[in-house]
Amino acid sequence: MNGKDLLARAGAWKEPRFFDRALFALACLPALVATAAMASDILRRTRFFGSNPIKEGEHFLGEWALRFLIFTLAVTPLRGLFGWAWLGKHRRTLGLFAFAYAVLHWLVYVFLDVQLDWNDLVKDLSERSFIIVGMAALLLMLPLALTSSAWAIRRLGGRNWGRLHLLVYPAAILGTLHFGMAMKKDIEDPLIFAACFAVLFGYRIARWRRARRTAPA
Amino acid sequence: MLIGHAADLKSSEITPEPLYWDRRAFLATLGAGAAFVAAPLGAADNPAAVGKPFGLQPDDTATPWEDVTGYNNFYEFGTAKEDPRANAKAFKTQPWTVKVDGLVGKPGDYALEDFLKPSALEDRIYRHRCVEAWSMVVPWRGIPLADVLKRAEPAPKAQFVEFTTLYDPKQMPGQRAPMLIWPYVEGLRLDEAMHPLTLLATGVYGRPMPNQNGAPLRLVVPWKYGFKGCKSIVRIKLVEKMPRTAWNDAAPSEYGFYCNVNPGVDHPRWSQASERRIGEFKKRKTLMFNGYPEVASLYAGMDLKKNY
Repeated sequence: MNGKDLLARAGAWKEPRFFDRALFALACLPALVATAAMASDILRRTRFFGSNPIKEGEHFLGEWALRFLIFTLAVTPLRGLFGWAWLGKHRRTLGLFAFAYAVLHWLVYVFLDVQLDWNDLVKDLSERSFIIVGMAALLLMLPLALTSSAWAIRRLGGRNWGRLHLLVYPAAILGTLHFGMAMKKDIEDPLIFAACFAVLFGYRIARWRRARRTAPA
Repeated sequence: MLIGHAADLKSSEITPEPLYWDRRAFLATLGAGAAFVAAPLGAADNPAAVGKPFGLQPDDTATPWEDVTGYNNFYEFGTAKEDPRANAKAFKTQPWTVKVDGLVGKPGDYALEDFLKPSALEDRIYRHRCVEAWSMVVPWRGIPLADVLKRAEPAPKAQFVEFTTLYDPKQMPGQRAPMLIWPYVEGLRLDEAMHPLTLLATGVYGRPMPNQNGAPLRLVVPWKYGFKGCKSIVRIKLVEKMPRTAWNDAAPSEYGFYCNVNPGVDHPRWSQASERRIGEFKKRKTLMFNGYPEVASLYAGMDLKKNY
C-alpha cells in the first residue's frame, strides 16, 4: 500500500459514534487523576504523585494545558492532510480544555503552592520573569475562552473572531517559554513541546506561503 | 459547632455500643484497605529514626525513609527526583577508594574501610533544606569531617577544601549528557569544613547509605542548601584558592560559593523565605542558617547578600 492509498483510506474515516462524549470524558481524565492523587497524597500521605504532590500536581496540570494546546493546533493540519472535516467542530472543546488546565495549574500555584502569600505573589508577578511569561500566556487565552460560544462568534463576525484567535500562537509560545524558564537545568521536556509547536506552526507557514504563491496578484 | 450539655442529648441520639464498635471495625478495614493500596508504593518499609537531634525545632520529626530515599537530586543518575533511586540500583560502591591530597602533610589513597576506621560512626538527626524550597529532617550516620582533615594535617596555606564525586559515565548515566561539568565538584572554606556540624555521611536511618543518596560517602552541611552535599566522594583536596563548584559554573547568578540557607536572600526565580517540608501541607518559614545559629560566627562581617 503506498502513501496515497493510506491517505485515501484515512480520509474515508468518518466521525466515530459518540466522539464528542468520549473526547469530553477523556479530556477530563487528567484533571480527575490530578485531583484524586493530590487529595489522597495530601490527606492520606499516599505517594501517587511522589513525595511532593503539590509541585507534581502543579507541573502535571501545566503540561496538560500545553498538550491540549498542541491538540487544538493539530486539528487544522489533520483536516488538511486527511480531510477529516468533522474534526473541526471539536477544536473549540480542545481549546477550552487547554484553558481549563491552564486555570487549574494557576489555581494550584496560587492556593496550594504559594498558599496565598501576598508578598510572594507580588514578587513573583513583578520580578520573576518565568511567572510573568506564564501569566501572560494565561491572560492571552482568556479572551479566546470567553469568545468561544456560537453567540460570540456571530457577534464578532467570523473575520474578527479569526483575527482575535490568532492570539493562540503567542499563547503557545509564551506557555512553552514559561515551562522552559521554570527548569533548573534540564530543558528536554520543554524542548519536546517546542518541537511539536514548531511542526504545527511550520505547517501553517508552508500553507500560507503556498496560498500566496498561487493567489492572483 | 455547639457542644450541647449532657442533659440536652436524647438517649435515642446516643450510638448503641455494638454499633459504635462496628463503626470502629469498619474504619479499621478502610485503613487496612488504604494501606494495601499504599503498600506497592513502598510505604511498608518505615524504619524508626535513630540518632541525636541537632538543631531540631519542637515540631520537627524525621522525614520517612520512603521520602528520604525516593525523592532527591543526584544528577549523575538523572534530573528528576525519582531518577536516582531508579537508576542507581546497580551502582557499585565496593571497593571504594578516597584520595586525600593537596595542601596536607599526610596525603594518601585510602580504602573506604581504612578511611573510616579511626573514627566512631555517629547517628545525627539534621534538618535538610534544598535550594528548591523543599526540606526534610534526615537521620544521618557518619563521621565529623574535621576528624579526617586533622588526620591529614592541613598545611598552613590551606584555605579551602574541594570535594569530587566519582566520574564513571558507564555507571552514572547522567554523566553522559553535559548537564553539569563532570565530575561534580563542591567546596567549603576550611573553617566551614572543620565545623563540628559538618559530616561525612555513610548512612541514613542507621543503615548503609542507599546508592541514590550518595553512597558510600557524602558530605552533609546542614546550614547550607542541599546541593553543597557532594555525593559519592572519591577525592578530598585541600587548596589555597576558592575552588570552582558545579552549580556555580552552571548558573553563577543563581548559585554562589557559600549557599548558606538564608530566608532573606531569594533565588532569582523563587522565594527562599519559606519552604515545604516533605509530607506537610502548610509551608514553614525558612530559618537563618537552616536553624543552626551557631555557625553565624563563621560569617561575621560578611555581606551575605553578596556572598550568597
